[in-house]
Amino acid sequence: MNMLEVRNATKTFGSLVAVNGVSLSVAAGELRAIIGPNGAGKTTFFNLITGFFPPTSGAILVEGQDITRLSAQERVKLGMARTFQITEIFPELTVHENVRIAVEVGSGFALRPWIGRDAAATVRRATEETLGLCGLESKAGRSVGELSHGDQRAAEIAMALALKPRLLLLDEPTAGMGEQETYQIAGLIRRLHKQSNYTIVLIEHDMRVVFNLADRITVLDQGALLADGTPQQISENPAVQAAYLGTAE
Amino acid sequence: MSTTTIETVLKAPTERRWLPAAIVWVVLLSAPLWLPLVGGYTALASHVLVMGLVAMALNFLLGFTGVMSFGHAAYFGLGVYGAGLTLRYISNSTLLALLFGILLGGLVGTVLGALIARRRGVYFAMVTIAFGQIFYYIAYSWNSFTGGYDGLRGFSRQPLHFGPLVIDIQNNGTLFYYFVLAVFAICIGLMAFLLASPFGRTLIAVRENQRRARFLGIAVDRHIWLSFSISCYFAAAAGALYALLNNFADPMSLHYSLSGEIVIMAVMGGMRSFWGPLVGAAVFVILQDYISSMTENWMSCIGLLFVLVVMFFPRGLLGVLQRRGSP
Ligand SMILES: Nc1ncnc2c1ncn2[C@@H]1O[C@H](COP(=O)(O)OP(=O)(O)O)[C@@H](O)[C@H]1O
Ligand SMILES: [Mg+2]
Repeated sequence: MNMLEVRNATKTFGSLVAVNGVSLSVAAGELRAIIGPNGAGKTTFFNLITGFFPPTSGAILVEGQDITRLSAQERVKLGMARTFQITEIFPELTVHENVRIAVEVGSGFALRPWIGRDAAATVRRATEETLGLCGLESKAGRSVGELSHGDQRAAEIAMALALKPRLLLLDEPTAGMGEQETYQIAGLIRRLHKQSNYTIVLIEHDMRVVFNLADRITVLDQGALLADGTPQQISENPAVQAAYLGTAE
Repeated sequence: MSTTTIETVLKAPTERRWLPAAIVWVVLLSAPLWLPLVGGYTALASHVLVMGLVAMALNFLLGFTGVMSFGHAAYFGLGVYGAGLTLRYISNSTLLALLFGILLGGLVGTVLGALIARRRGVYFAMVTIAFGQIFYYIAYSWNSFTGGYDGLRGFSRQPLHFGPLVIDIQNNGTLFYYFVLAVFAICIGLMAFLLASPFGRTLIAVRENQRRARFLGIAVDRHIWLSFSISCYFAAAAGALYALLNNFADPMSLHYSLSGEIVIMAVMGGMRSFWGPLVGAAVFVILQDYISSMTENWMSCIGLLFVLVVMFFPRGLLGVLQRRGSP
């Protein structure tokens, strides 16, 4: 059974068809990259998967369960976590507090006015582990709003990971990053995929990152599915070369 | 309380976080001793506590959940009338009056909060005002039951009975002050406890970034509703104490102009700091007391002060000290 399956998803904004009948299957443990020019509908497609808004038509399934009508937070409970193209964090809180809140909510403590000593210790351990995984230990006590752009993006990924998701969706995690930061984030995503066996869907504009990391690539163009295949197949696909890779260089 | 002490205290690192609280409690516990020396009186101190409590209750919603209510006087006022009507018609127990006041304001807040919590921004604020005014007009018009325009009289707080022990808060203003302080302490102790919990942190998460909160799996509307309801119970507790303080229920205690004053207290004192609204309420109530004896236009003075604080210390009177203290 596929971890994620999208059937014929369409989203229109007035007369604009942002996502046009796109289908997609992502196997458990797979790292799938979604590419396409600006305005192709990639972020809108993520918004449909994660329940930001409902599709105009079509269906979304996670591990065979139809989640099309579930709210965003119900989907999180089913193991879905995402980051945004424009970083969404808790700017006035410290890095540690940002991740701690994610750990607590992910542990089902969102309504708890009190947790026991053991639970609190478990939360602390999970928070520190996640910070370590994302290379943020040394910045844990700093206000996240004061960090560099790259560290803020890493903190947002840490918050998503703190939910212990089964499906991780990253929207352009290297957007606006320099060489060094891009390299670090790519390394983190590779570790998550190879060592921790996360299922990851990744929107990415940096082709080196995409062709280095992805098991399979999906290409969107003007809201429609242009191609779907292994990196090898995609790089050899003439339609993709014409529509996207050619113009991107 | 000299400024330099507060500054040094707030500059201190996290291990000394308890110091501001310690200072507040020493000042409040000793108030009846030093107040007469500076020309104050215990009823004024009780008034400061009451307004401090309602401002801190509002700030639970405003400062720690990031949601503005312009109608909190409604729940304060329901607390006032709940306590007053209890003493007038039902029982001569002060504690029962307090309880019924809290329940009336809190329960109404819980029900209306469910309707309000889905709204956002200016719509949220408008709906809070609209609901608030409904209760003002009920109290204002229902002459036979609530006393209408003149307010509800003919009740008086009663001494407390604990077995053979009788505490005469009815006639002894100092004892009543300590009674108010005890209720105040329980209420803000509960608030501090909630804010330091996983639930409290989800409220701060909602304040910081609703989109992120939602995609962490926090049911944002439900948490705003809970925060609103909790805030209403504490606002109603303050209202009930207010009725006991004055032995009188005034329809103006339900009016939106009081809602505005509560917002001013919280913002002026500093909505990002736990104690800020108490400081704001103290400044407001004391200025009101002193200036209104000199000029009709005391509200303009407070308005001017408010504008100055917002312009030069956007984080409020306490916020500015905290800011300087943080690294
Ligand atoms: N909430 C929205 N309302 C109206 N139009 C939108 C909305 N979100 C996206 N769009 C439009 O949909 C198209 C696809 O946008 P998007 O999904 O952000 O593309 P991508 O992420 O591939 O750059 C764009 O033309 C964009 O302007
Ligand atoms: Mg995008």
